[in-house]
Amino acid sequence: MERLLHIDRRIIFAIITVAVIVSLILRFELPIPASIPVQGVYNKVESLPEGSHVLISFDYDPSSKEELQPMAIAFLHHCFQRNLKVIGMTHYPGSPGLAERAIVSVAEQYRKVNGEDYVFLGFKPGSASLIINMGENLYSAFPKDYYGNDTSTLPILQEVDSLRDIELLFDLAAGTTIELWIVYGKEKYKFELGAGCTAVMGPDMYPFLQSKQLVGLLGGLKGAAEYEALVGKEANAVSGMRPQSVVHVIIILFVIFGNVIYFASGKARHA
Amino acid sequence: MLFILPPERRGMRKDSNYYILVGSIILFVIVNIVLMSSGRLPLSSDGFGIILGAGITLAIYSFLYKDNPAFKITENLYVGVSLGYTIIITWYNFLKPDLYDPLIVPLFSAAAEKAPQYSLIIPSMLGVFMLLRFSRRLSWLSRWTFAFVVGLGAGVSIPRVISAFILEQIKPSLHPLFSGGETVFSSINTLLILLGVISVLIYFIFSVEHKGSIGTISKIGIWFLMISFGASFGYTVMGRLSLLIGRIQFLLKDWLGVLQ
Repeated sequence: MERLLHIDRRIIFAIITVAVIVSLILRFELPIPASIPVQGVYNKVESLPEGSHVLISFDYDPSSKEELQPMAIAFLHHCFQRNLKVIGMTHYPGSPGLAERAIVSVAEQYRKVNGEDYVFLGFKPGSASLIINMGENLYSAFPKDYYGNDTSTLPILQEVDSLRDIELLFDLAAGTTIELWIVYGKEKYKFELGAGCTAVMGPDMYPFLQSKQLVGLLGGLKGAAEYEALVGKEANAVSGMRPQSVVHVIIILFVIFGNVIYFASGKARHA
Repeated sequence: MLFILPPERRGMRKDSNYYILVGSIILFVIVNIVLMSSGRLPLSSDGFGIILGAGITLAIYSFLYKDNPAFKITENLYVGVSLGYTIIITWYNFLKPDLYDPLIVPLFSAAAEKAPQYSLIIPSMLGVFMLLRFSRRLSWLSRWTFAFVVGLGAGVSIPRVISAFILEQIKPSLHPLFSGGETVFSSINTLLILLGVISVLIYFIFSVEHKGSIGTISKIGIWFLMISFGASFGYTVMGRLSLLIGRIQFLLKDWLGVLQ
């Protein structure tokens, strides 16, 4: 009994790894119904008329790529399917490569033209002050786009002077940028705000849903999978739900096993 | 180079870990040679990029077995590469278009088309003052910058934070239980939110002894807090697992070509 309480943690790591590999290789279907927060983002995009401007803030870097990049790609698919104008930017210096790859790869599938149907403004430091600057004048915040083009000459930005002209802002966040967009952006410039975040941040964002400061929320890989299923572009996030579900069951079993062994060993009585 | 020397020459005890590390590296090289010779990985920069990504992923995860030189090299590589990348991105996305091109180039180039933007000198100087903290003689100048940042930050932030994080958050707590057209479940949600807010707030009142009805309500507050911590922990497990799944997808799909 005592030995079972001191299992080498590397055995647990190995079991988890094997479970992930096996459930990725073995294909089986699991239902992925959309939750209300995810449906909120989807419905908002559906409600926008063609040609509306959607600003996507890619606020993550490679360390959160596995959760947020599938989200970004699924959301971009939805925007281009609906013929919305996409404006991309980031607060993270580590993000431009990921963001540009996501935008360009999806835009190519819908034959969208850079500068007309989408634009990537790149990275700019400043966080709160950048948001305030964008709220007053987008061109002074981003005089040039990621490729060095003068933003005042780009056709896609002709009807956009500031954040007030954005119909929907979608923040893909690995940090505190959702709060920044709410405090310094939405409060003053009154645009609709949706968000996608890492699972770790998910519970902290629910109060903003309750207060309707967010129109919807995609939380972690699960949120990304739900969105992929909604837009009919099932990819890495949907296939990641199989190992996610299997490993969650294994972890629950481990928790039950650990507690049963703990109480059976009589340690609880001595504690 | 120290790491590839045998343990005896580094004054280390020759143990099984050394052989596990060398064996893993040899196995990794053999697998890549097989993948490239069989055409599964292209002989191009893309192919070498995937091999590098796979190697670094495996080196980082090798820490789960034991701390080792491969992990340490990769960890330091990550810090160095991130810093270098950040410097380059900051230069090309920020300093060059916002400062160098509109101010420095027109000042020193006769061929410049636009006049220099002299207004940029003030924020630039404030930025330089910030760096003077490293100088004993001139560090007092950095206080001007800090005064500016603190004053501006407080002035801009306080009203907006109060509005966004307090006033807007109070609204759902004061939402009527039955306002017509709502389901029973949404009314229960509203009631739970109200109960949670009040009980947790009472738990954090330490100037009153937690006995009697105050004690009972604060215990309910503890339960709300515990459920909240549990939900956060569950989400954290899900998040960490997502990262593992993403990396294994990369290894099986992009590197080994096992997944389609």
